[in-house]
Amino acid sequence: MNYFLSYGCENLCKFPCICLVFIFYFGTPVKAQTAEEVITQVRTKIEKVKDYIAQGKLKTNVAFIKAPVAHVKIYFREPNKIRIQNVSGISFIPKGFININLDNVFTDISSYDLIDVGRDKNSGLRIIKLLPLNDTSEVVLATLYIDDTKMLIKKAQTTTRDNGTYELQMTYGKYANYSLADKIIFTFNTKDYKLPKGITFDYDDGSLKDKKNKLSEKKGKVEIDYSNYVINQGVPDSVFQ
Amino acid sequence: MWSLLNIELLKIFRRPRTYIAFGAIAAIVFLVQLALKFDGKSYVDLLLGNLNGSFEFPDEFKHKLLNGYLICFIILTALLIQMPLLVALIAGDSIAGEANMGTLRLSLTKPVSRTEYLMLKFLASVIYTIILLTWMALLALFGSMLIFGTNDMVVLRSTGIDQIPASDVLWRYLAAFGYAAVALTTVAALAFLLSVFAENSIGPIIATMSIVVVFTILSEMNISFYDDTIKPWLFTTHMVAWKGFFYVKATEDGVTIPGSIANLPAILKSLVILFGYIATFVFAAVWVFRKKDILS
Repeated sequence: MNYFLSYGCENLCKFPCICLVFIFYFGTPVKAQTAEEVITQVRTKIEKVKDYIAQGKLKTNVAFIKAPVAHVKIYFREPNKIRIQNVSGISFIPKGFININLDNVFTDISSYDLIDVGRDKNSGLRIIKLLPLNDTSEVVLATLYIDDTKMLIKKAQTTTRDNGTYELQMTYGKYANYSLADKIIFTFNTKDYKLPKGITFDYDDGSLKDKKNKLSEKKGKVEIDYSNYVINQGVPDSVFQ
Repeated sequence: MWSLLNIELLKIFRRPRTYIAFGAIAAIVFLVQLALKFDGKSYVDLLLGNLNGSFEFPDEFKHKLLNGYLICFIILTALLIQMPLLVALIAGDSIAGEANMGTLRLSLTKPVSRTEYLMLKFLASVIYTIILLTWMALLALFGSMLIFGTNDMVVLRSTGIDQIPASDVLWRYLAAFGYAAVALTTVAALAFLLSVFAENSIGPIIATMSIVVVFTILSEMNISFYDDTIKPWLFTTHMVAWKGFFYVKATEDGVTIPGSIANLPAILKSLVILFGYIATFVFAAVWVFRKKDILS
């Protein structure tokens, strides 16, 4: 009995302590990561990839261009060398598209001010804005939408000095561990297209009248479906020359 | 009939001036190919000038763009405006030339009707036109393919760009050359009709060219009054319909549909109008010639 009492008393005394530890450890809110910490982790993940070669299907969706789906090969080498090579035909590559890996931003993150904007109400993604410290920087403002549980950039909006605003949406699959997207959609601003009829000597088959409405659209899209990434196996210099 | 046709063809191909047209086409095609081989990038820069703000055009892109298919398209666009003159040189001479040399009356002593004689003359002009066009196809298409290679064909229109995969181009050229043969036959028929009225071949040739030039200018003018009234009925408006074979359909998101033609009924309508012109010109020529008092 004495033994029982003494044992029970001892355990009863320990219980509040365990509870306190439990409450302290799990009950108090976890401190949210700062924008700098998130960006650092995203950057660390991106930096795992030194180079890659991937195959892709490129689809151009611009009001004044009718183009077939192109089979392309994409070459990348850090810090920011990228080349999109059409294997069989011709592709119209929009300006700014070459910066799709965002490495230009991440290679020199110290030259940006980071502003934590919070979370997107619909997607729950962390929104971080990057403002360049240098007044002459080509990028005026970059907004990143980051999945901070997987440390993946899902969307990026970049406003540039000369090439307008473009948006990049990324969908990840089996290469998510390397921050490499399976699909990207690049949205960009297009300028008016017009050639004098005196140069083209067009045949008016009636399709021009239908087309004029579509031509008022000033946004273009390029989609790439990536496959067969070969990561960190080296890419020769000759590819980028 | 066949032997008479042979005689007419011999008459055409024995004349040295017949070969001026072949020489002129060879020279033009060669000069255009040479210019684009050495300074094609400047031409591409001119064409894509207003897209520079939206797209990247590295040298590799320009090199691929300037392939044999596009070069041939450029040559055809330029030459099919000049070709009517070369066709009119022969067709305008076919009756008037005989009258000028004083052999027309003698020719009509053969045991064939005037209608048959005229149809043979016209047929010989059409055969000449087709041979000339084949010569141009050989030089402009196959020559350019040999020099510049092949790739996707990019057709630059005044309001947009149609890109056709390389594997989908050759049949379009076959169709386009077939159509061009009909278009040039229309010019041959016009020159042939005017030739019936004249005693000297210079008149029909110049008259044909004047009509073609005036009609072409009207066809290319952007005046809404002409668009709805005169332009749909000018044969020059429909002569450029060969280009319609290079205008493709696309899906909602702008992906080219292989093997498609943007507006085939419009091309067929243009073809019917050209055939209508040919029939009218030839019928009028026969009608006038049958009634004509042949004095030379």
